[in-house]
Amino acid sequence: MQPFFYDRAGDPDQALEFARQPDSHFIGGGTNLIDLLKNEVQSAARVIDLNRAGLAAIVPAPDGGLDLGALARNGDTANHALVRRDFPLLSQALLSGASAQLRNMATNGGNLLQRTRCHYFNDPGFTQCNKRVPGSGCAALEGFNRMHAILGVSEACIATHPSDMCVALAALDAVVVAHGAQGERRIPMREFHRLPGDQPHLDTVLAPGELITGIHLPPSPFAGHSHYLKVRDRSSYAFALVSVAAGLALRGGVVVGAGVALGGVAAKPWRIPGAEACLLGTRVDTAQFDRAADALADRLLAGARGFKDNQFKVALARRSILRALQLAGQGTGGSE
Amino acid sequence: MKKPRKLEAEPPWPAPPAAAHARLSRREFLQSTAVAVSATGLPLAPVLLRASAPAPAGADAFPEPVPVVLEVNGRRHELRLEPRVTLLDALRESLGLTGTKKGCDHGQCGACTVLADGRRINACLTLAIMHENEAITTVEGLAPDGRLSPLQAAFIACDAFQCGYCTPGQLCSATALLAELRAGQASAVSPDVRRPRPVVTEAELRERMSGNLCRCGAYPNILAALRKVAG
Repeated sequence: MQPFFYDRAGDPDQALEFARQPDSHFIGGGTNLIDLLKNEVQSAARVIDLNRAGLAAIVPAPDGGLDLGALARNGDTANHALVRRDFPLLSQALLSGASAQLRNMATNGGNLLQRTRCHYFNDPGFTQCNKRVPGSGCAALEGFNRMHAILGVSEACIATHPSDMCVALAALDAVVVAHGAQGERRIPMREFHRLPGDQPHLDTVLAPGELITGIHLPPSPFAGHSHYLKVRDRSSYAFALVSVAAGLALRGGVVVGAGVALGGVAAKPWRIPGAEACLLGTRVDTAQFDRAADALADRLLAGARGFKDNQFKVALARRSILRALQLAGQGTGGSE
Repeated sequence: MKKPRKLEAEPPWPAPPAAAHARLSRREFLQSTAVAVSATGLPLAPVLLRASAPAPAGADAFPEPVPVVLEVNGRRHELRLEPRVTLLDALRESLGLTGTKKGCDHGQCGACTVLADGRRINACLTLAIMHENEAITTVEGLAPDGRLSPLQAAFIACDAFQCGYCTPGQLCSATALLAELRAGQASAVSPDVRRPRPVVTEAELRERMSGNLCRCGAYPNILAALRKVAG
């Protein structure tokens, strides 16, 4: 790890002030940044410690939803009484990620900004990676690409975003709150992460020096019927091959609202606005509901394209969508 | 795990005098040879992180060691560390608390697990300087009065280790796990996170310990030790 300077921000304004220095990076939990610095995937002249800057609170929002501080830990967020009661989908997604130790460190803001786990990105021994070195090529296209994306890819990059939290946030229509030189910005989750296009080195729409201060969760009708399904190579402490965040609003067993997002398939949580409309009016636990889930899979997976090692993800995603919706339909936590 | 590997090769440095060598612990010997390695211009071993950085020309542009106060196992330590020094390296290299192990150094194995204000964290993926004004507990602090905690005693009774390298991390992790269960925290296998108190099952304990790998495969006995204490 190369040497760097260290600044400790006492509040968000001071953090923004520190961030005006060249090549400075905010540090929250450090679980991703320090790893990247150790591997020399990323450099930093200066790290700005946000851990004394406040921003760790989780409080009810005026609209009846919840405001999550950017510096609240993933573990604390997952176990917050109001998150568990009103947003079990988010709690379940957070608890599916990493380990207890890492969740105690990782922050909500940092989780939004975590980098891909593509092997070719994380090992500078590979010279081709457009995300790490723009213009150098993509070793994953022809390489070992079992974990890689099937949607929203470009010839420049087929990396996935590794977060579980973000998939649930997308299904819950969360809003990222950021502060920068222009003041506050509120960015809907579906617009926060970028698809690679010809600039895969840009993961998000955040401007340089802009600071995530929180995440807003609008009131959710899904608390009673939601499920986060994570399919992975081992049953814990592994990134998703495919994941599905599914939330249903039911009236008398009939779907009146739904939010479904996919993880492990693209550079961002994958959600098609309005696609869930095909579920509306169907009754859970019926063949009609299953057919509607399949129709939703058609919409979500339109244009899906597998590579050498990840063709299986297309069928896996389709089946996972159905399974997650069936489980959500049975009620959060199943029929117990 | 680079240091032992270096010693397997024919050493390019002179052996320390026999009398001095006899008084050195294995660890001190490794440290003294690592210093010798740097003198030969070979790559620096991680152990050298604690040495002051060389003062380059235009020293104001180079991150010098800065004062860092750590409270570890109830003792206060005033250190000078480069900001890049991880909590793990500070504990092991600056404080000599080598109970905390460096396994993967990338947050993938849990051997470096310590408690910060009672919460389990991976010491390898955090900077020491980020932990001022926190109470750090390492495996050396789990039995402060020299008496084993019930969990430590259960590990011995259940033979919950083979080589022992992951054990300090397992013990710190499991210590926090018990507190998390008492606090009613949920896990990924809790059937419904909306229920306030998880039922302690084998699946719950396995999931909650998944951040600690054991390459000897002592998992069944680790689980037995946990069951003994967690009920």
